[in-house]
Amino acid sequence: MIKPYTNKAWYLVLPVFALVAFSAIIPLMTVVNYSIQDIFDANTRYFVGTEWYREILNDTRLHDSLVRQFIFSGSVLLIEIPLGILVALMMPARGPGSVVCLLVLALPLLVPLNVVGTIWQIFGRADIGLFGWALNSLGINYNYAANPMDAWFTVLLMDVWHWTSLVALLCYSGLRAIPDAYYQAARIDRASNWAVFRFIQLPKLKNVLLIGVLLRFMDSFMIYTEPFVLTGGGPGNSTTFLSQTLTKMAVGQFDIGPAGAFSIIYFLIILLVSWLFYTAMTHNDGK
Amino acid sequence: MNWMAWTTPSALFFTGIGCILFAMTCWELKSPCVARKGFLPITTTRGDRLFIGLLSSAFIHLGFIGMTELSIWLPFSVAVVWLFIVMKWG
Amino acid sequence: MNIKKTLGMGAYILFLLLPIYWLLIMSFKSNQEILGGLSFWPEHFTLANYITIFSDASWYMGYVNSIYYVSLNMVITLAVALPAAYAFSRFRFIGDKHLFFWLLTNRMAPPAVFLLPFFQLYSSVGLFDTHIAVALAHCLFNVPLAVWILEGFMSGVPREIDETAYIDGYSFPRFFARIFIPLIRSGIGVTAFFCFMFSWVELLLARTLTSVDAKPIAAVMTRTVSASGIDWGVLAAAGVLTILPGVLVIWFVRNHVAKGFALGRV
Repeated sequence: MIKPYTNKAWYLVLPVFALVAFSAIIPLMTVVNYSIQDIFDANTRYFVGTEWYREILNDTRLHDSLVRQFIFSGSVLLIEIPLGILVALMMPARGPGSVVCLLVLALPLLVPLNVVGTIWQIFGRADIGLFGWALNSLGINYNYAANPMDAWFTVLLMDVWHWTSLVALLCYSGLRAIPDAYYQAARIDRASNWAVFRFIQLPKLKNVLLIGVLLRFMDSFMIYTEPFVLTGGGPGNSTTFLSQTLTKMAVGQFDIGPAGAFSIIYFLIILLVSWLFYTAMTHNDGK
Repeated sequence: MNWMAWTTPSALFFTGIGCILFAMTCWELKSPCVARKGFLPITTTRGDRLFIGLLSSAFIHLGFIGMTELSIWLPFSVAVVWLFIVMKWG
Repeated sequence: MNIKKTLGMGAYILFLLLPIYWLLIMSFKSNQEILGGLSFWPEHFTLANYITIFSDASWYMGYVNSIYYVSLNMVITLAVALPAAYAFSRFRFIGDKHLFFWLLTNRMAPPAVFLLPFFQLYSSVGLFDTHIAVALAHCLFNVPLAVWILEGFMSGVPREIDETAYIDGYSFPRFFARIFIPLIRSGIGVTAFFCFMFSWVELLLARTLTSVDAKPIAAVMTRTVSASGIDWGVLAAAGVLTILPGVLVIWFVRNHVAKGFALGRV
């Protein structure tokens, strides 16, 4: 059934449009303005053209944190999406067990980002944290504050802890939408578990996975608070991601111009990658 | 308005974008477009092609600025040609 | 098969709960005990850390501020997102697909990008350090998400219901409030849950847009780090208290969320 075409629907969308335009378009324009000027204070500013862009594009800080960012977001997706699907498959379908699971899964999602950092900051310490203590007593020399690899691993584990539930909850809702008749048909055909998953469950999960992948990509791509709380981006720069490099530049050093240029480049990258994801997943609908 | 730190070039830029969007809306109202498949790997509407064109133009500019010392007008003209190609045959 | 599933689920739940448990028991310990050694249970159970928080206005006002702007944000978001989601789910109109994607790009935009202009924008309109400023700023990422989720739920309601209601003489606002909203109650529950979640956990914008009067708890928590070291006990207690409202919200919307998820429309 095709939806009726009417431009009157714009009236319904108008409040959203106005609200988001106020808090998105005006700031975005301002960032563009900043990025082409050298600003000392409100009245002393000089037009510098593309100079900041040139500087930022050739800045190794940007390159390094960009590479780190892509590796991090990639690992996050590679771990969280399959794990989330697996957890959703393991969850009981109905009964009190399913409610308990839902509630427990939702719990980490509601922990504020900085508290997530705090939890793992404590949990991972060798002297007072169970996790760090357990690893060290197993003979693994683990110290997230001194060893870049350990810090990296901790941030990743923290993200998995915090966000896998989101993917799992989304997948769980997708799985519940599959009518029982499908499973009965599969049982009659003696389909293997893998075949049931591959040909019945996975196709039904596609839409929720789109949401899951997009949300996880975007959020991991702008991760800021957790590594900031854990180690402040260290040791060295090993867990300094894009947002943190930017925030340091904008708020720490108050380099408004370069920070503006950085923001625009950052935003363009996100726009491109998200658009690719979005198009790839919506255009495959086979329409 | 002072805090927004407007400059003539950026004002011109946003006016340009605004005009393009306005023109596209009028065009769409006059003759609604049909999605079609050009040299791009996906079926696109006019608006999609505009978006693709503008986004890739932004990256063309960044590429030129980052890697060469050439004047900004060179990537700009490349981008305009590219935008036209995408709109027409994309 | 089922035993394997239960075991797997149990292991995962253990993985989720263990760090939270650790935080919880730590909040009942004194600093000497925390630094003294590892224990799975507080040997000298103490509420001193919580008393520190509840006896100091600058501490507990942080919670009030956070809850205030989060609720405000939820109300604004739902108020504007409901009609918009209805429009997206029922009609085609000029620029609809692009508008939808544009809304989503705002969900994607890193808050760090908007940090400075937001600060300037809200200072210039005199909203700096107010709850409404943070609530509006959080709309940037919550409104697109709400529209997205609600659109999914609304598309699950057959259009015949709308048409029957109009034939019966319902006006649009009356139909929307009386018939449509009750139908997607679970959807609204799930959306409210997500709005609460993303607004509650956000720190960067909330911290930048406030200084004293509307300072969120997350920013207050940084006080525990001082020159003499970190006050682990109070930090843990404050952390536990930030989790509690979330637990309450989950508890209140649990039926909606379970049902909403069960409907498969997220």
